[in-house]
Amino acid sequence: MHLVPQVPATLRGQPRLGLPAWVFVPAAVGATFVVLPLVAMLTRVEWGSFGSLITSESSRAALALSLRTSLASTVLCILFGVPMALVLARTEFRGQSIARSLVLLPLVLPPVVGGIALLYTFGRKGLLGHSMEVLGLQIAFSTTAVVMAQTFVALPFLVVSLEGALRTGGQRFEEVAATLGARPTTVFLRVTLPLVLPGLASGAVLAFARALGEFGATITFAGSLQGVTRTLPLEIYLQRETDPQAAVALSLVLVVVATVVIALTRRSRTAL
Amino acid sequence: MKLEARVGFPDRDLDLGIAVEAGRTLALLGPNGAGKSTALASIAGLLRPASGRITLDDRILFSHNGAGDTSWVPPHARGVALLAQEARLFPHLSVLDNVAFGPRSAGMPRGRAREVAHQWLAQVDAEEFADRRPAALSGGQAQRVAIARALATEPHLLLLDEPLSALDVDSAPAIRQLLRRVLEGRTTIVVTHDILDAVLLADDVAVLEAGRVVEEGPTARVLTRPTSRFAARIAGLNLVRGTARGTTVTTPEGLQVEGLSEDDLADGSAAVAVFSPSAVGVYRVAPSGSPRNVVHATVTELEPHGHQVRVHTAYLSADITPAALADLDLAPGTAVVLTVKASEVAVYGA
Repeated sequence: MHLVPQVPATLRGQPRLGLPAWVFVPAAVGATFVVLPLVAMLTRVEWGSFGSLITSESSRAALALSLRTSLASTVLCILFGVPMALVLARTEFRGQSIARSLVLLPLVLPPVVGGIALLYTFGRKGLLGHSMEVLGLQIAFSTTAVVMAQTFVALPFLVVSLEGALRTGGQRFEEVAATLGARPTTVFLRVTLPLVLPGLASGAVLAFARALGEFGATITFAGSLQGVTRTLPLEIYLQRETDPQAAVALSLVLVVVATVVIALTRRSRTAL
Repeated sequence: MKLEARVGFPDRDLDLGIAVEAGRTLALLGPNGAGKSTALASIAGLLRPASGRITLDDRILFSHNGAGDTSWVPPHARGVALLAQEARLFPHLSVLDNVAFGPRSAGMPRGRAREVAHQWLAQVDAEEFADRRPAALSGGQAQRVAIARALATEPHLLLLDEPLSALDVDSAPAIRQLLRRVLEGRTTIVVTHDILDAVLLADDVAVLEAGRVVEEGPTARVLTRPTSRFAARIAGLNLVRGTARGTTVTTPEGLQVEGLSEDDLADGSAAVAVFSPSAVGVYRVAPSGSPRNVVHATVTELEPHGHQVRVHTAYLSADITPAALADLDLAPGTAVVLTVKASEVAVYGA
């Protein structure tokens, strides 16, 4: 092959194939668009009072509640999302593509709409609300409602990324395992699950991050009760009215938490 | 254990009958798409035939009689191990745990399963790799481990799907020898494209073409007296199929080959004439002299074959020396006259 000399070369001297020089311009504009607002927010942080702002009672309560509920909803997403992804990736049934679209609906649905839907299902006057009240369960406007709202919006993220990993991995190893005498549950636990662990990890991180940032469905279905349902995003939104400095400081905390989570999983994925 | 399998996929025009006697090895030969892999997958339980019946001794693994009366044993309960082209070792387990996987799945405690795995790794000369990850093995080493892993399940039936085709030329012979050793006395089916595998590993062969078994029998007989074109080709023989008249075979296209026959052939019955490419003489002009078969043909292809050159024509091939090739000045498209003495041609019923 004869290479045209104008092809840009990287520092290592390898030719960049399939990379026209002009793509750097829109790529840089896009990256700036993402990063600049974060920088702008940083410039507004009042470092002197930063410590006291984020350790105020309401801030600590919101942060603790956010972490607790996001963790709980991530666990729920794994418990239900893994079987959902398996069924979608490993079976064929009539109406499967419709089922997939419905399951993934919360991805494109405005969270507020999700919250209203949850309210009309589990709320006091909802579809299941009455029978649950008979059982002594009242879900709406409780911490349970926060977890449910977060699970509702985060579940599709885990299902989508895990189903992709399952499809990419294929069934070659599962077939071998079966002919070696492994029952379906053994195949699942010892072959399927370990092989899609990276996919499951990134799906879980996405779900956790989505749960952490959840706002619309939560405020609609769970309300905003300090220590009970007022998660960090809700707290930030409230503080923005009364104490913008606190809102900025808490936003920074949320950015840091999200960054740490992503960094941690990236490291554990490369270690795998 | 004795395997009897009838596998039908009407939508693919596939209907195969395969039987392997206990302790014997059957080689499945045939061109791509003939249905070899489909047959293996059906027997292993990875594919469900539309109709048929598969039994191991008296145990029914699959049966569907068309009247909706179906029985089905899932793959993990069949006692049928499958070895594929690629080793497919579990990448997240060590070599030892790969081999211990089968015994563990059968309920053996971990420690005991690992002992068993060590023994099988020793059997295939791969004990030194026990602690490695599969990614650190070469193709030949991985296939050794895969063999140990399959055998460690003590399968009633072993299925090998072109076990050597993904290996490089240097490691294939050693693995073939290993298979020859460990398959001794086991009921096995091996799918192969390679005549060497059929000769060295199999007691019997079955030739598949377009979804049907067209020829079967003991390896030596099928390879010396083939009745299908595919078997003749991999045996390196010329085969002319037609109807008998005396000891002459006439094809529908009018090609006539006379030979010797030990069979009593009725005139008009189906027969084949088989002879080696080395028995075929190649000339530019028809020679005169002793009575022999003469066929006019056009060279389609020339390929090196050992120290000789194989000359292909539409029906027959011939082996000549490189000197003769230079002398005759052959190239694809050259018109030639092929001759073969009747005494070199075996004629038998097909």
